[in-house]
Amino acid sequence: MIVRILGEGQLEVPDSAVAELNQLDATLEAAVERSDEAAFRPALAALLAKVRDVGSPTEADDLRPSELIIPQPDATMAEVRKLLTDEGLIPG
Amino acid sequence: MVAPMGVMKRVTMVFRAKANKALDRMEDPRETLDYSYQTQLELLQKVRRGVADVATSRKRIELQINTLHQNGAKLDRQARDSLAAGREDLAREALTRKAGVQTQLDDLQTQYESLQAEEEKLTQASQRLQAKVDAFRTRKETIKATYTAAEAQTRINEAFTGISEEMGDVGLAIQRAEDKTAQMKARAGAIDELMASGALDDMVSGPRDDIQAELDRLGATHGVDRELEQMKAELASSAPRQIENTPAGSSDGAATAPASAASTVEPSEQE
Repeated sequence: MIVRILGEGQLEVPDSAVAELNQLDATLEAAVERSDEAAFRPALAALLAKVRDVGSPTEADDLRPSELIIPQPDATMAEVRKLLTDEGLIPG
Repeated sequence: MVAPMGVMKRVTMVFRAKANKALDRMEDPRETLDYSYQTQLELLQKVRRGVADVATSRKRIELQINTLHQNGAKLDRQARDSLAAGREDLAREALTRKAGVQTQLDDLQTQYESLQAEEEKLTQASQRLQAKVDAFRTRKETIKATYTAAEAQTRINEAFTGISEEMGDVGLAIQRAEDKTAQMKARAGAIDELMASGALDDMVSGPRDDIQAELDRLGATHGVDRELEQMKAELASSAPRQIENTPAGSSDGAATAPASAASTVEPSEQE
């Protein structure tokens, strides 16, 4: 499965890691829903760390789309909210 | 409320929606592919301009850092000179100003590093997009040459969605970089204005550099004193008895003519 970290590129992640990633993602989503800034940053960091740990970068000319997309590491909670809703922000 | 499905999935859906809309509009994908390729090239141009913009901002900050470094070094020198001249008050003033310059420097250094990181990120984004655009062009030419419109549709879907996602990511990166450079430009402009107005200049290198003026005066006084001592020593060795006879008179004469002392000593040294 291919996962994209915004601003960094795509990684190939083994399907066996998906359950754990979803769990970390649920924590992140809950933090965003509660506007819990204190929980948000470590949740995003933990998700990114796991993806980097289990994933390996795809070739740059690989045209396959990603199944999952993670916000950039320095994203603020406001930026993540925008990513979840604002369709106008993506050009092309 | 929306049922929880995870941030990753939701972000992906937003990215996909854009690509799907474009795919739905395709009547003959073979023509749309050419149009899409044009858009990709334009985005490549844009990301390269973005890299250049960030680099310009970074260089401007670099120049300001160099100027402030020089100011700081000068103040440091002045503080040492002041101390050597026994003027602790002047030294304290110079060090206080140096601390002010250092605060500015620390702030600029942080901005500089942030711009450097941004430049690096954009450069890599540009390289990734370039690789995908090249791959897309090859795929597109093959499809145009080989398949009917209906076949082309299914063949291009994945590549189109993939490149659309990359373009979305790059577009966001450009946006972030633009925001950051705009902030930096404003701050760099404020510092340039400060320098131009003389507010920073006055502290260290302007025409009203009071610390330097005081040090120069101290230096001049010390020079005169030293030369006087030298002259006294010379006179004492050549005619010790005369000096002994008129101790009060000779020192009075030296004190009343400090201005002429500087100009008259040099020729006497050459003799």
